[in-house]
Order: sequence, then structure tokens, then C-alpha cells
Amino acid sequence: MRKAIIPFLAAIAAVTTAFSASAHDKVLTVYTYESFTSEWGPGAKVAEAFEKTCGCKISYVSVADGVELLTRLKLEGASSKADIVLGLDTNLVSEAKATGFFAPHGIDTSAVKVPGGFSDDTFVPYDYGHFAVIYDTQAMKKPPKSLKELVEGDANQKIVIEDPRTSTPGLGLLLWVKSVYGDQAGAAWAKLKDRVLTVTPGWSEAYGLFTKGEAPMVLSYTTSPAYHMVAESTDRYQAASFSEGHYIQIEVAGITKSAKDPALAKDFLTFVTGPEFQSIIPTTNWMMPVAATKEPLPEAFGKLVTPEKTFLMSSDEVAANRKAWIDEWLAAMSKN
Amino acid sequence: MINRIERRWTLAAGVLCLGGIVLFVCLAAAALLAFDEPGMPNGGAFFDAYVWRVARFTLLQASLSTVLSILFAIPVARALARQTAFPGRVWVIRLMALPLGLPALVAALGLIGIWGRQGALNTALAAIGLDQPVSIYGLSGILVAHVFFNMPLAARLMLSGLERIPGEYWLVGANLGMRPLSIFRFIEWPVIRGLLPGIAGLIFMLCATSFTLVLTLGGGPAASTIEVAIYQALRFDFDPPRAIVLSLLQIIVTAVLLVAIRFLTPKADEGHGGGRRVRRFDGRHGFGRGGDWLVIALAVLFLALPLGSVVSSGLRSDLFRLVSDPMVQRALATSLVIALVSGLFCVISTAVMIRARQAALARRRPSTAYRGLAAAISASSALVLLVPPVVLGAGWFLLLRPFGDITTFAPLLVILINMLMALPFVYRVLEPAMATHSARTARLAASLGLGGWHRLRLIDWPGLRKPVLMALSFACALSLGDLGAVALFGSQDMVTLPWLLYSRMASYRSTDAAGLALFLGLVCLVLTIAGTPSAANDDHRRQDDVA
Repeated sequence: MRKAIIPFLAAIAAVTTAFSASAHDKVLTVYTYESFTSEWGPGAKVAEAFEKTCGCKISYVSVADGVELLTRLKLEGASSKADIVLGLDTNLVSEAKATGFFAPHGIDTSAVKVPGGFSDDTFVPYDYGHFAVIYDTQAMKKPPKSLKELVEGDANQKIVIEDPRTSTPGLGLLLWVKSVYGDQAGAAWAKLKDRVLTVTPGWSEAYGLFTKGEAPMVLSYTTSPAYHMVAESTDRYQAASFSEGHYIQIEVAGITKSAKDPALAKDFLTFVTGPEFQSIIPTTNWMMPVAATKEPLPEAFGKLVTPEKTFLMSSDEVAANRKAWIDEWLAAMSKN
Repeated sequence: MINRIERRWTLAAGVLCLGGIVLFVCLAAAALLAFDEPGMPNGGAFFDAYVWRVARFTLLQASLSTVLSILFAIPVARALARQTAFPGRVWVIRLMALPLGLPALVAALGLIGIWGRQGALNTALAAIGLDQPVSIYGLSGILVAHVFFNMPLAARLMLSGLERIPGEYWLVGANLGMRPLSIFRFIEWPVIRGLLPGIAGLIFMLCATSFTLVLTLGGGPAASTIEVAIYQALRFDFDPPRAIVLSLLQIIVTAVLLVAIRFLTPKADEGHGGGRRVRRFDGRHGFGRGGDWLVIALAVLFLALPLGSVVSSGLRSDLFRLVSDPMVQRALATSLVIALVSGLFCVISTAVMIRARQAALARRRPSTAYRGLAAAISASSALVLLVPPVVLGAGWFLLLRPFGDITTFAPLLVILINMLMALPFVYRVLEPAMATHSARTARLAASLGLGGWHRLRLIDWPGLRKPVLMALSFACALSLGDLGAVALFGSQDMVTLPWLLYSRMASYRSTDAAGLALFLGLVCLVLTIAGTPSAANDDHRRQDDVA
């Protein structure tokens, strides 16, 4: 039965792709993560704006998140239809390059300004956010003012964090603590452990617990309060500004070697760093723009925490040490 | 017993189903093992201290969860079996199938609404003067969640077993003036004991492969299961061979345990009766009745409160907007189609395999080949749950990529993977029922020369309608709440309800997510109503049969 179905489906697939390709002369296939293309995500607006100028059609393929994006590429290998991959973060850059699927972008990125000064010949940043502890002002009057205060503070004031083995924010906090504490990171985690209510597999579970009131703090982004202020008009949830500085997450896009029309792909990357795309990002992806926007950011963004110091480790350093640091984290967090 | 040609066909169909399943799993595993692409990390030793630690914790939490679920299920099943006149009894039974269909995240949030730091329990405790909340995060949280999911499953499977006890037993028991303890010891316990290896094995596997619940409620990485390590191997580390080896470890550990359980429990023998109406005479008055009512009430509270918390947060969302959202409607339709198709496939193929197994064992002295087939069927139906969906998905992704766009195959793969994941449940529901049914009717059917379609219509369907519906509703509910299989292929073309729920959650829309959780719950409720016909219906049908 299955044997009969596979060639049948393959035939349908061939026919439909052939058909959709002929309907528009040029198609740009963009691989991205799911929240980019969801109803409120930037996907639709971005496609509309770019299609006006390029005489082409954007086709999105979306997977769960940035890490899954890389996995998907590895699974697809050379047969991938991706022209553009949008949604990896700086921690994945070194691994993504190692796959050999990406080509140098060759565009002018002088307009792009990200804290921490990331620049790369293969990947172009399109937005960024600093990791931050978000707290509930109704449950917590005195939020920690530094990572040190978070680590050493009252163990009854709990925080929900994400697991660095399975999630990007979890890995972000791991690198943050490492940047601040260095060799003492293990000891810091052992101390922070008492304050950690639980470690969730991903951001959604952690944020869900937080908004349900289970813990007064959660690890998220400095931009999270902007969502609550803009979409829910409440300033109940605020980011705690840490005096040591904040670790940054920079999201990047790149062109694949197998891109069908490299010139078109390049145009798209240039568009990504341009004012139109950058204006769409803040209130759809809830991240900070990396270049000038067409109109000023909504007022709420002005109220956000802007870290004085930004931590960013090179992705080679992260790739080389991730396993050892996760082991250190596991050892410290598993002690009784 | 059955005539030779039919028997040969039955066996052939069973072999075909079994072969299909084994092939489906092995091909995926082989594809992943053979996977070699640039940029692959050269993994170190497979079995480091970390793996052993998670394996140990997996065993610990899964064993405890299994034992607790079963211990609590026995009194609940017994109370429900005795109190046939309990008001709303059928709704209690239906309630018990609900947790199955809920995605882990929804259930976790529901449980936290009751047991969490801000939950009902702690609010009540604070009211009587406790200043620090009781925390369930840690092993206790994992156990509460697993008992919430599995106690009702165990209780339902046991209840079905108890309801299969022939009416003559109760008549004789009453004539002998048996006391409750003797009734339990001589009539009920032998039936429950016979079901235990299967139920315990199923629950153990569910708990061993638990992932979101273990991490979210576990309080820290000390509570990690092998499934977490598998997921990890396929995510940041992207090391497919490691994922396969870890899956094998998971399968071996559990298989050893399942074999051990099976050896420790003697085989139950089927009670023969004349098919008279089952009426129990015990637990009618006094302590027996009061105790049963209390047990049922506690079980209902334990199950209904977290579900109520899901409902109450769902009601706070803008339900009307959600219902009229075309995206939600499409997701609902997609989920329903996937659930029904995979549920039907699952029930049919499982029934075929069970039948083949019976046919293989029907001879007085089955040959080694027949015995092997029977063993393979029961083993594969038990162990398939341990193959992580993400491994199947990734493996088939690799296998199918030369054939074109993977998103085209996604629906078929999701259906097949969901079908496999539901198979152990369906097997647990159908196998004992079909064994009893065959023991009671096979000779009669043979002596009447009934076979094939006629036997199916006249004897099998009326006798097995209840378990088949129950199995179908279980299988559908499971696929409905499943996220695992869809996550890998998910694209805009195939959005299911749990996928949409997670997606809203991931873009800060947690109230929408709560509303969607309520929808999921309602759909599951409809499924369980279909899967558990009310007693009134049953009596009605019985009269029809007589007439």
C-alpha cells in the first residue's frame, strides 16, 4: 500500500512544484522559523514589501525554531530548495558555516549596527535582542539589579529558566553567566540553583509559567515588556537591568550555495537591512532593529532597558566549549 | 477451530502488518545511522556518566509513576465496577479518557493551576496559615503529572477487565456469601493480575519517554530522561547515530523490565459463562458503598480540578474570535482528519495482528515459527512506543528526500507515526477483550460453520463493539494531542491544533493558547463520549438483540 502511495505522491509533488514555478517567473524560497511566518509575525508584510520591487514571489518554509532550521538544512543536504536561510542566531553561525551550504553574501553592511559589533562575510544580522530577566511588578517590588544579586538573592523569590540543552534562551543564559563569572560559573550556578523554580525545555513553557504567576521572574528578552505594553497596554511586566551587562542574541540571514538566483537572493539580503524590513521587525518579531527604520519606533521601545554593556562570544568559542559548559551546568544544577 | 484457508489469510495479514511496522521503524533508524554529512560532530563515547545518570533517573521515575498509577487505579476501578448505579458513572468513565488527548504543556499548566505555587492547593493552605507554599517541582511534580495521565488509563483498562467477568461468578459468590475481601481475592484480583503486565508495561513506557512534563515539573536537570538526551542529540548536537544508540538503550532497558514483569505474573485464564446479564450483589450498602463513593469522588476531584483549571483559563480567552478564525478552523479540521484516519488504521491493523496471534497460538502445539510470530506481535506492539517520533520523522525525512518535496509526504508520515504511537494503547484495550471473546465464541462459531464476514457481523461486532470503540477513541485522542510528529515537518501547509497552540504560545498569545486548549479538550470529550456509550444505550441495544 505504502509502496504504491510514494510514487503517487512524488508525482503530485513534481506536478505542483512545476506548476507553481511556472506561474511566477522567479521564486525566492526563504527558510525561516515558525513565529516569523505566523499570523502576527513579520513574514507576510516582508513578502508583500519585497515582492513589490523584485518582480518575484517569496515562498516561506518554516520550522519550529532556529536550531530546527539548521537541523532541517542538514537533513535536506544538497537537495535543499532554500535560497535564503533567515533565523539562525550567532551561536549557530560556526556550525552553519561548517556545513558548507552557505555562500558569502557580498553585500554592503555598513549601515548595520549591532551592539557587540558582530560582522561576518556569510551572515547578515537582521535583528537582535538582549536576554533579560523579566519580572512581575505586582509580585516583586525590588528586582535584582545585577546578575550577582540574582544569584545571591532571596531563594524564595523564584525564577523560571530554560534548558541550555534544548533551547536558545537557555543557552543564552549559560553564556551570560559564563561571560560574567568565568571560571566561577559553576559555583554561581550552584548558588542560583536554589532560586530556580524549574528549568523548562523551551521559552513557551517558561513564559507560560511566569504569566500564570508561578514565579515572579523568568528569563526572556529586554523586548518582552514592549509586547505587553503595545499589544496588551500593560506595564506590569518589566525587564530588570543588570549592571554587569546583558548577553545578546543576534539573528542572522544568509544565502545558500544552491540559491537558484544569487542576484535575487543578494537583493533580498540588502532589503533585509533596509528601512522597510527594519520597520516591520520591532512590533512583529518583538526584537530590536539593526539599522535605520522608516518611522520612529513605538513609544514603548523607548522605555525598554538598554544595556550599557553587551556580552557576545564568538560562535567558534561557543561551538568549541558548549559541551564542556553544559556539563559544568549539569553538574552544578544536579547537586542536591 | 477456524478453517484452514481463513487461518492462513489471518496469519498472512498479521505478518504483513507486523512486517510493515518493523520495516517502517528499521528503515528510519537505518537511514539515520547511515547519515553522514559535512559538519557532523565526531561524538565521543556513547555511554558517558551523563547517559547513565539520565538512564537511572528514567528508571526511577518511570517505575515509581507506574507503581503509583496502578496502586491508585485498583481501588478506583473496583469502586466503579461495583457501583453500577453511581450517579453520572458513565461521565466519570468518560472523564478518565480525557487526559490522554491533552498535550503535555496544557496538562502541565492545568496541574499547576491546582498544585502549583499559586494554585488552588496552596491558596487553601495559605488561608489556614501556611506562609511558604508547598512546592511540587521535583520528583513529586513528575509523579503527580504521571499519575494524572496514567491512573485513569489503568483504571479504565482494569474496569473493562472486571466488567468481562461472567455474571455466574457473582451469582456463585453471592450464594457462597463471600465477603468483600474474598471477592477481591478470588474473583477480582485474578482478573486484575492478568492484566497487570500489559498495563504496567504501557504506563512504564509512557513515563519513561515523558519529556516536557519531566523537564517542566522536574525542577532542574537532575530530572532528565533518556528522551531528553535523544532530543538533545538531534538538536544542538545534531548527532543522529547517537540518537539511535540512545533510543536502543531506552528500548533495551524497558524490554528487560517488561520481560521481568511478564515472568513474575502468572497467566490469567478466561472465565467461561453463558453470557447472562452481569449483576453484582456486593458493595450495595454501608461501608462498602460509602468507601466506593469516597474513592470515586477523590478520583474525580484529582482529575477534574486540573481539567477545570484548563477550562477556566480557556474561558477567559476570546472564544468567539477563535472559533471564527479560519486558521483555527483549518487546524481543527486537519487535526480531526489526522486523528480519525490514524485511529482507524491503528485499530484495524492492531485487530488484524491480535487475530493472527490468536490463530498462531490456536493449535494445540504451535510450531516454533508460530510461537515466534505471536511473540513478535506482542513485543513489537509493546515496544514501538519507545521509538521517539522525532527519530522516525528524521529517518523518513532522509529516506524520502530523493523523491521530492518533503512537505508533500508530511501528512502520510504524521498519520503513520501517530498510528504507531497509538498501537500499544489499542493493543492493551483490544487484546484482553478479543481473547475473552474468542474463548467464549470461537467454538460456537466453528460449530455453526460461521466464518469471515458473517462471523464478523453476527458475532464479533456485537461482542467487541465496546472495546473497539474505546480503542478507537483512545487512538484518536492520542493523535489529536500529539505534537511530536508534526513538529518536524510542520509548515504552513499542515497546521494541527496542538501546533497552532504552541505557535500562539510562542508569540506571547497565551490567552489564545488557553482557548485552543479548551477546544482540544472539548474535541477529546466528544471522542470519549463516542468511545464510551452510556449504559442506557447498552441496555437498549441488548433488548434489540433479544427481540
